[in-house]
Amino acid sequence: MSLRVLAPGLFSTVQDLGREGRAALGIARSGALDRGALRLANRLVGNREDAAAIEVAVGGFRAAAERDLWVAVTGAGGDLHLGGRAVDSHAAVHWPAGEELSLAPFVAGVRAYVAVRGGIDVPVVAGSRSTDTLAGLGGAPLRAGDGLEVGREGLGEVPTVDAVPWLTHAESPIEVRLAPGPRAEWFAASALSLLFDGAWTVGSAADRVGLRLDGPTLERVRDGELPSEGMVPGALQVPPSGRPTILLADGPVTGGYPVIAVVADASLDALGQARPGDRLRFSHARPSE
Amino acid sequence: MSGGDAASVVVRPMGDRALLAEAGSLEAVLALHAALDASRPAGVTDLVPAAQTVLVTLDPAVLPLSRARAWIAEAAGPAGADAAGPGPLVEVAVRYDGPDLADTAELLGLTTRALVERHLATEWSVAFTGFAPGFAYLVGAGWPFEVPRLAAPRTRVPAGAVGLAGPFCGAYPRETPGGWRLIGTTRAPLFDPDADDPVLLAPRSRVRFTEVTA
Repeated sequence: MSLRVLAPGLFSTVQDLGREGRAALGIARSGALDRGALRLANRLVGNREDAAAIEVAVGGFRAAAERDLWVAVTGAGGDLHLGGRAVDSHAAVHWPAGEELSLAPFVAGVRAYVAVRGGIDVPVVAGSRSTDTLAGLGGAPLRAGDGLEVGREGLGEVPTVDAVPWLTHAESPIEVRLAPGPRAEWFAASALSLLFDGAWTVGSAADRVGLRLDGPTLERVRDGELPSEGMVPGALQVPPSGRPTILLADGPVTGGYPVIAVVADASLDALGQARPGDRLRFSHARPSE
Repeated sequence: MSGGDAASVVVRPMGDRALLAEAGSLEAVLALHAALDASRPAGVTDLVPAAQTVLVTLDPAVLPLSRARAWIAEAAGPAGADAAGPGPLVEVAVRYDGPDLADTAELLGLTTRALVERHLATEWSVAFTGFAPGFAYLVGAGWPFEVPRLAAPRTRVPAGAVGLAGPFCGAYPRETPGGWRLIGTTRAPLFDPDADDPVLLAPRSRVRFTEVTA
């Protein structure tokens, strides 16, 4: 083994850029919720951007290297220690065999990416090494004692970078752009105004499948459910309760609740860093054509 | 296959990387999906058929939404469906030993053997997937039956169970809860996570059931 998990923290999984293009087979995209942070972590250690890394939610993750490694940690921020010394995140750091890497609970954002030079080498399932928590594809969430292999493919040089400009999505409210959804006519005109003018908060049900939102009730003018139709990450589904849910990467590929709007692709990474209690503010996405 | 009617396909927005084409009926979805699949331009990342819609996901840097709308409108026209050939044929061996086989036959006014024969004689095709990776909703050409779901779904349906519900036939890729009426069992690899092509029954595949008796 190349590294050994000593403590997984609240919830840690292996993620790459996921399984896009397989929804017709019933397979969700899955993959890193903050794709920009994963890509950066990989670049910092000379990996391909789509290599697999460890996605750590909330912090409290510890692991020991069993051979000499290079590591970069990006995304959510908290104290980072290697062999007992404080080290920088968003930088490639040499991780000698036997030393312990430790991510303290995060103070900003909710998901960090631990990329190791060579990439985390777990089996590829349906084109990806990602764990899909809803469908149960890929490896199980990491547990203390798990050993992980590190690959040796697709390596570039470890770039010489002094400082990486990086803003963890920890602003509150988080700005989220919304593009039109297919079922806006299922809602009262007031619901669309409320969506953009209302105060929204991420509820306690927030995971890789989706974020339940607390806020005003979005009144529907049509009852019942739709015949199931295709969904995308970012779809803002509104069940009869009027409390919307934003689907994320592990969300179901089809669903029967009407979608009032869809989070613009460029805003999805920020939602991957949203934690219960964070405020969201929705604005209109610029038309893309 | 008759073409979708262009006038009846409504193209709806689905964010900045997808469009939802609403065809209105399952038959129209099959025709539209076939036509889209046959004329799929670069930049389309997925075509996801469902009961009344086809979700088209795309990379707008390669295929702008406006061009995708024009393509969908053209595919929905009479010329579109002519381009579509039949999907691949997959044979699925079934042992007709499902716990609901006799009840379901009785519900449909058939003998058990007659239901099995009708099921074997029907050419099925995958209309869409959903529910779980690799779970396919099959529709049968000339299959006249509407089968009510169980009043109380089972908490455990074993992997490989073949069932009927509504106008559909389906097979469970793995153990899950489920309310379909189970008529048989297959050992076909419905979902093999280690395979390059993990799903046996993809949309548009044609399916022929064969009987295992030994």
